[in-house]
Amino acid sequence: MTSAVPCTLAAFLCFFSPTVNVPGAAAQEASPVATAKPEKKITEIKIGYLRAYAPQLALSVFDVPPRDEGVAGGNVAIADNNTTGSFLRQKFSLDVTEVKPDADVVPAFQEMIAKGERYVVADLSARQLLSIADLARDNGVLIFNAGATDDSLREEECRANIFHTIPTRSMLADGLAQYLIWKQWRRWVLIYGSHERDQLFAEALRRAATRFGGEIVAEKEFKDTGTARRTDSGVVQIQRQMPVFTQDLPEHDVLLVADESEVFGTYVPFRTWIARPVAGTAGLTPSAWHPASEQWGGTQIQNRFAKANGRRMLSKDMAAWTAVRILGEAATRTQGADPRKMADFIRSDDFSIAAFKGQKLTFRKWNQQLRQPIFLGDNRSVVSTSPQEGFLHQVSELDTLGVDEPETKCVLK
Amino acid sequence: MHGGACALAILVTGFMAGPAAAYTAYVSNEKDNTMSVVDTATMQVVKTVNVGQRPRGITISHDGKHVYLCASDDDSIEVIDTATLEIVDTLPSGPDPELFVLSPDGKTLYVANEDDNLVTVIDIESKKVLAEIPVGVEPEGMGVSPDGKTMVNTSETTNMAHFIDTSTHEITHNVLVDTRPRFVEFTPDGKQAWVSAEIGGTVSVIDNETREVVHKITFEISGLRAESIQPVGVRITADGKKAYVALGPANRVAVVDTETYEVEKYILVGQRVWQLAFTPDQKTIISTNGVSNDITFIDVATDEPVQSVTVGALPWGVVVSPN
Repeated sequence: MTSAVPCTLAAFLCFFSPTVNVPGAAAQEASPVATAKPEKKITEIKIGYLRAYAPQLALSVFDVPPRDEGVAGGNVAIADNNTTGSFLRQKFSLDVTEVKPDADVVPAFQEMIAKGERYVVADLSARQLLSIADLARDNGVLIFNAGATDDSLREEECRANIFHTIPTRSMLADGLAQYLIWKQWRRWVLIYGSHERDQLFAEALRRAATRFGGEIVAEKEFKDTGTARRTDSGVVQIQRQMPVFTQDLPEHDVLLVADESEVFGTYVPFRTWIARPVAGTAGLTPSAWHPASEQWGGTQIQNRFAKANGRRMLSKDMAAWTAVRILGEAATRTQGADPRKMADFIRSDDFSIAAFKGQKLTFRKWNQQLRQPIFLGDNRSVVSTSPQEGFLHQVSELDTLGVDEPETKCVLK
Repeated sequence: MHGGACALAILVTGFMAGPAAAYTAYVSNEKDNTMSVVDTATMQVVKTVNVGQRPRGITISHDGKHVYLCASDDDSIEVIDTATLEIVDTLPSGPDPELFVLSPDGKTLYVANEDDNLVTVIDIESKKVLAEIPVGVEPEGMGVSPDGKTMVNTSETTNMAHFIDTSTHEITHNVLVDTRPRFVEFTPDGKQAWVSAEIGGTVSVIDNETREVVHKITFEISGLRAESIQPVGVRITADGKKAYVALGPANRVAVVDTETYEVEKYILVGQRVWQLAFTPDQKTIISTNGVSNDITFIDVATDEPVQSVTVGALPWGVVVSPN
């Protein structure tokens, strides 16, 4: 590699003749700058995308994850990177590998390594991700976690070669809690599901209550008894069952729901015994992105995404877009595709990424989690974004969301 | 506030003294699809004109007879007769025009098409598209050198300033700047292009000869977190001595010494300040404050805010008549 100085850019002038309706190629040959230096060959940057996928059920058809959730965001970022890359002679591609949600991912990952993929966007469970972490480290592979919200991956089980673009459950819960406190709705009841991930989110909500001065006055578990999610008679039954289920709860301001498993959450709003707002995985929901966000240039990415994919952009799409854009930004700024240089840049103080969230996003150095605002919205519109005004922090107000440096259990290795 | 009222009185008197000092400012209001027409002498809105959808970039012909307005969601540029304040024509802008710049000879418009990664070159008289130039992702800022030979476009996601030769419509240099570059302003002598980076929080000063960044201006306001300082609009005085930089959600306009690159002052205006325009006599600079739905008149001699005036919803851009 030649030394990366800004003026070398001058040599790569205007190189997209096929789409330009001006006398391009001829004029270019005559240019003194173009003839002065030999043409640089195209640098290819292959990004792997490893995901666990199986069709999933949801309580509402609106919430059934799209077939290409996440991947679609990655592909939009590839197109963005390639537009930028056309000025720098860099070409990006995304190679998607799919496994089943409970499958062993090691063989698939080994194949990706064999193909020469050194950057991998992962949409896997925490267990699957950890099963490839050491293999990735030994082969110099950088992983960008765009799917797992588990705090443990940033804490006890954190890894030096894994960056996280999707927020943690604790960041999501804290974003929601700040808003409820700002509203002075301090007394909460919590209904949580019986699966592990429901309980992890419930735990994040409990932590947020302690942290920001909310009070959980009662808790109740909603057991998954394995009944069909959608049946013709279901609606009638739910209308009678949910009020009874919430009848014995003490006086509260907000009813919190922790049901990542899609067993009952959607059925809570408007069906409670007393009229109270619902928040959590139903009602007012915290997320990494909102399909209706138009603030901070959001209109542009939303238009771009909808045009390319024929659907709205979801949180996982944004996490994958951000991961691929981070790699694009690193390749631009380091003017090459050297994984070590790119990783050093991403870890450096010079790194930041813009992702339509109103401020620059950076990585927490202690656990490589991307700092980011959290959207709060219902299924139609954005209600607010956290951090809320008044939640102050000595380093970054974004660090009021999630596990902060003094409390982290992460030792990067 | 007493100081402000006093300055206002002086300013008004000053305008009354010179017959040519009453100008008209035109403000595009992104959210309510209107353009506010403001008398700069009385500092009052004299008319609100209904325009196309999502009006953003705004400029005016050199003779002051026509305002050009990007109606982003209508994919067109509207031409407004300043005498009648009626839309008399539209120009073919390409999709989602956001911001544009008029060539020094007043004949050509260079338009950033944000959704399509293009810069469209339009001949105003024939209403013909002369060229579409592919640029980086989310083109936005547009600047042209005083000699008209060089046009610069910034792309917000690619983070580059693209220098384009206006005779060939070819990109000659791509200069990396900080995150989310929004605006380009040439110094009056044409020697430098100043490029603001909204998320990066800086203004890059690019030498127009070498096409390299020679300085990066940073901003610091005590009591404000760094992330809220987001430079957007930049204007440089005709004598080339002072630059004004709108700082977005920092709600301030920075005054920068162009010699030393030092920030001399932060002027508190309205909320989310985006664009700026001088009056032709250079005595006043006007800022658009999107979130507070107003514009602020700033006295260039003292760098004090004189008065804020409520306009339409989410004021985006501003231009002042040349006469």
